[in-house]
Amino acid sequence: MEDSLSASPAAGDPPSPAAGPPTPLPAGLPLAQPALPSGPHPLAGHGGPSPLRIPVRVRAGFLIPAALILLAIIIYPAIDSIWLSLHDHDGSKWVGLHNYKTLFSDDATLKALKNNVIWVVCAPTIACALGLMFALLSEKIRWSTAFKAIIFMPMAISFLAAGVIFELVYQQDPNQGVANAVAVGIHDTFAPSSKYPGAHPRTDLAKPVAGGSFSSVRTYPAGSVANVPLVGIQAAKLPGKAQQAAAPAAQPAADQIEGTIWLDIIYGGGGTPNHIDAGKKGMPGISVKAVDPATGKSAGSASAHNDGTFTIKGLKPGASYALEIPGSNFAEPYRGIQWLGPSLVTPAIIASYLWIWAGFAMVLIAAGLASIPRELQEAARVDGANERQIFWRITVPLLAPVLLVVMVTQIINVLKVFDLVYVIAPGSTLPDANVLAVHMWSVSFGGAQDQGLGSAIGVFLYVLVLPAMYFNIRRLRNEKKEGR
Amino acid sequence: MSVTRPVAVPGQVPLGTRIAKRLTGGALYIVVLLVGVVWLIPTLGLFISSFRKASDITGSGWWTVFTHPAQLTFKDYTDIFGNKGIIQSLWNTVLITVPATVLVVFLGALAAYAFAWIDFRGRDWLFVVVVGLMVVPIQVALLPVASLYNKLHIFGTILGVVMFHVGFGLPFAIYLLRNFFAAIPRELLEATRMEGGSEWTIFRKVIVPLGLPAIASLAIFQFLWVWNDLLVALVFSNVKTQPLTVALQSNMRQFGSNIDILAPGAFLSLSVPLIVFFAFQRYFVQGLMAGSVKG
Repeated sequence: MEDSLSASPAAGDPPSPAAGPPTPLPAGLPLAQPALPSGPHPLAGHGGPSPLRIPVRVRAGFLIPAALILLAIIIYPAIDSIWLSLHDHDGSKWVGLHNYKTLFSDDATLKALKNNVIWVVCAPTIACALGLMFALLSEKIRWSTAFKAIIFMPMAISFLAAGVIFELVYQQDPNQGVANAVAVGIHDTFAPSSKYPGAHPRTDLAKPVAGGSFSSVRTYPAGSVANVPLVGIQAAKLPGKAQQAAAPAAQPAADQIEGTIWLDIIYGGGGTPNHIDAGKKGMPGISVKAVDPATGKSAGSASAHNDGTFTIKGLKPGASYALEIPGSNFAEPYRGIQWLGPSLVTPAIIASYLWIWAGFAMVLIAAGLASIPRELQEAARVDGANERQIFWRITVPLLAPVLLVVMVTQIINVLKVFDLVYVIAPGSTLPDANVLAVHMWSVSFGGAQDQGLGSAIGVFLYVLVLPAMYFNIRRLRNEKKEGR
Repeated sequence: MSVTRPVAVPGQVPLGTRIAKRLTGGALYIVVLLVGVVWLIPTLGLFISSFRKASDITGSGWWTVFTHPAQLTFKDYTDIFGNKGIIQSLWNTVLITVPATVLVVFLGALAAYAFAWIDFRGRDWLFVVVVGLMVVPIQVALLPVASLYNKLHIFGTILGVVMFHVGFGLPFAIYLLRNFFAAIPRELLEATRMEGGSEWTIFRKVIVPLGLPAIASLAIFQFLWVWNDLLVALVFSNVKTQPLTVALQSNMRQFGSNIDILAPGAFLSLSVPLIVFFAFQRYFVQGLMAGSVKG
């Protein structure tokens, strides 16, 4: 296979018919050099009359088929859309600009508009930044072709397939979705999950307080023994190191509270409530705090041994304390992030968009990088510029035209983004993820059947890409001026 | 610029800098490796999932196959190849993609030749229009074309889907091919004209053979665009004529229970573009770079 990802079609290649079409990148950009000796430019007006006159019907034969299709599929519909957008839902009544008013006042449309703004602000910029980063990285490694192929590969994949791929990635269950598997893995590394989710004291002994914690109903003076029986989980769920619960071996010192935390259930049944019977096991690792009942401040804490015993030290002799078992002991295990929930669904879909388009930005920017003369960077280095200065003062300004093309292309793309949002967002959060192109589809075809509003959204999208159209045409005129 | 500044002589890099460079080199490779893995994992997840039973997919992560390879099975694929609806939609995808690609290349090449080498009044302005049409969002045409198709009784047919793709593929095709055709040396055309060859002969004997690299780029680009399309087919096809993307999309809402269709189906859908991508990488990249202004 040819090393096409590292050798851009035009950058530095000797002109040859196999070097590919001249790219329509901006004139003045090294990339944009035509691969062949220049032919006549249509706007340069030097096509010149051919020695033989070409009959009208031959000329027409070349142009008419394409012209007819363009008229029927793009030009006439674009004009008809403007007409339809000024009419009501079935095109029967003139409503003036009413549909455009709806476009800017209706909640669902405004939400779509707002999401489009998020898309346009974030996606092209991040795609550009990632593309630049990957292009720079790949310049410095040996197997850059493989790296580039991997980053670029998603470009070939349909948005639908990408949607299925990311639906899998974003599955809520950390046993299915790789994103949450990683999130849970990282979370549990830094904040180990609780050992006893669902366990709790009986309500006559303790009351729930803030944060899922439980505080004892009675207080314990320093130097006393506290019994803390818990229920609410199955005996089989106890960790293997849990041993037969035991009372503290000795009387506590005057500045200590000792006690036992045990699961007040015997595997298979039996036993007396609130009593350490044979067969009841301690709850190792569970933490307990002594809290000053007047101020609510913690005066000391301890965690239980394998037989459930604990010792809280450093208390004030003679003072009484409430015992509190922090909620962290009982928290449900961390289940990961709700990627496709209302608040994260748009960023999550943008991430999948970046997965596809970063490669595109990378290939264009890498071609731009390859065409920057090395001597400039070397000269700056000789003059004592550091790498950062070289990057910001030389590389980035010289890349600016390529970056501009990537940005414009991405903005056009993002304005029209449909498939990814439509495929990935679950029905329940589709309104939260809505964008104009999806809204246009739902309004026109997905039930509402409102041709007027649908056309207005279509026309609005068209107006939004007009600057890009101007950008392209201006580039064409610049090429003419350069006389290529 | 200061002349008093010490000048770094290549090859005499201080030892400290060399060590620092070596270290950043190591860190660089780790970053590159990490990025590569992150980029591969999503596709790998789909690929592996397509070889697992539905109950396994919903029960445990695809990464467990590395410790329990016994889960791997071809069952999802044998099921999907026995699924009449999916096979029909795969066939529809081919029936839509091939004509839409051939027509765009052929009609685009004809028009591009006219724009490049035939003089006619208003040519420059027409070409500006074509360039302008490249960014028109398809949303602006969906409703009017739908009612046009209704009048012509081709709504829901493969012909309708193909014609829409041809319409929106042509501006880019004309633009790309014209730029390439215009760069073909004038003498080659004149020689054929002198020998009495018609414009059609010049087109066939000179333009098409010499323009083949650009034609290949365009064909691949158009092929992928149509093969991967969802929106156009969603609007203009019906249950009988829908391509694979639409058939799979209708299974998305019950993702968990349809995963045994979605995973192999999506992989089937992306395998063809992937083969095209790896086989014709060079043309693909060129078409894409040339198409960077297309919306």
